[in-house]
Amino acid sequence: MTPDLQSHPRVAPGCRLGENNQQRVLLMPERALRLNGPSLEIVERCDGNRTVQQIITELQQIYSKAEPKKVESDILDYLARLNDQRAIDFE
Amino acid sequence: MSTEISNPLALIAELTHRCPLHCVYCSNPLELQNRASELSTEIWTRVFHEAAELGVMQADLTGGEPLARTDILELIRAARTAGVYVNLITSGMPLDEARLAKLLDAGLDHLQLSFQGAREETANEISGTKAHAQKLRVLEWLKQVRVAVTLNFVIHRNNIDQIEQMLALTESSSATRVEFANVQYYGWAFANRERLLPTRAQLDRSIEILKSAQERLRGKIRIEYVVPDYYAKYPKPCMGGWGRKLMLITPTGEALPCHAAQIIPELRFDNVKDHSLREIWETSAAFQKFRGEDWMQAPCKTCDRREQDFGGCRCQALLLSGDPSATDPVCSLAPTRNKVDAILAAVNNAPPAETLTKPNWLYRINPPSSSALSPSLVVADEN
Ligand SMILES: C[S@@+](CC[C@H](N)C(=O)[O-])C[C@H]1O[C@@H](n2cnc3c(N)ncnc32)[C@H](O)[C@@H]1O
Ligand code: SF4
Ligand code: SF4
Repeated sequence: MTPDLQSHPRVAPGCRLGENNQQRVLLMPERALRLNGPSLEIVERCDGNRTVQQIITELQQIYSKAEPKKVESDILDYLARLNDQRAIDFE
Repeated sequence: MSTEISNPLALIAELTHRCPLHCVYCSNPLELQNRASELSTEIWTRVFHEAAELGVMQADLTGGEPLARTDILELIRAARTAGVYVNLITSGMPLDEARLAKLLDAGLDHLQLSFQGAREETANEISGTKAHAQKLRVLEWLKQVRVAVTLNFVIHRNNIDQIEQMLALTESSSATRVEFANVQYYGWAFANRERLLPTRAQLDRSIEILKSAQERLRGKIRIEYVVPDYYAKYPKPCMGGWGRKLMLITPTGEALPCHAAQIIPELRFDNVKDHSLREIWETSAAFQKFRGEDWMQAPCKTCDRREQDFGGCRCQALLLSGDPSATDPVCSLAPTRNKVDAILAAVNNAPPAETLTKPNWLYRINPPSSSALSPSLVVADEN
């Protein structure tokens, strides 16, 4: 499923950012995802206020050297994967 | 060369063996520990802090029934303050709406509610109590709060045909995750094994249903399915490998590499009352015993899969072959696989009439309040 650009992704109930061995992680039921660079930038923005489109725009600015289309498709893939894992909801 | 030791990722805290239910497959040991010998709030608090320092990210508060601890709120707060993610694994008894709110206030991240079936009669028969209606109430309360919810169904011959109803129950709840965990055969489950194993036909059908549900519910509910390893070709990587990822603390403070490790006679366990968690993790003889590969026998020793499944479950090896260092007998390459096949043949060739008569369950009992009554004596009587 491709996320709707106008929806507001939000970290799901019971999922939260944490730290382990100086590494940021997304904690969720019975598992943890390591977050680095872009994945951390994305998850930190899943606050229920920003839309998917806003997150894409902000990351395209941060990663201005990357191909904007590529940034967009990477973000959409990553958000879909987080949703499959039930780590984020689209509101 | 010595084996490199990675840090543990999760701590399984068995807070008590007391429990209002009597599930016939309970993974708790046959020798249950009583209330007087349980660890204090202070010791658990220290254990959670030591765990976080060791790199543990998650604590599973379990038992027995963790809600039977009157200090459960303090324990949740202590684990959360230590910095770990707090899972509560519960039957939902004793709980009411006000107490649930307090659990969340204390910092609970995730509540896993176990069901013994989708139908009330089955659930009550398996748990030896009338607990099902209470669980349905808990599901309603959970809809009103913001917390991660998992439903856990332990699957066996008597409820495997209710998977569609279990899915419907999950869909009508606020759960984002559901576990269909086929019974693992140790503890009380081993004693009831022949009555619990599903038939091959039941198993195949359940896999089909769950595969299509996984597709249908993608993005809504995460479905996790554990098949009974008796039917598998290769064993499960038990506990993610011995002494590699998990540490279990019993109600009295013994540190174990897995739920059932106490059945292995030659193992000596260290207690958190006497040692720090780090000391235990790094040096305890029980954790060292099956770390790495030096202990392995043929065919594991040279098998390509040994880094994937670590030779399977040590307790199952003991229970089925008599030798805890042997290849897990469920492995198709194990010299003792014929023992598993014989059990499966008995289950699959049993006359269908058998399902008409009520199985003669051995129910999980409660820890004795005085040490005079040994639970293992009760077992011998009923067998
Ligand atoms: C031993 S229980 C303790 C917590 C609580 N009393 C409960 O039942 O939820 C821990 C979890 O293991 C599951 N379980 C118990 N015996 C099992 C077995 N033999 N195989 C697989 N899962 C089992 C339970 O359903 C529960 O989710
Ligand atoms: S008897 Fe049932 S409810 Fe009680 S600890 Fe065992 S599995 Fe959990
Ligand atoms: S022989 Fe040992 S390592 Fe190989 S698949 Fe079987 S249990 Fe695993």
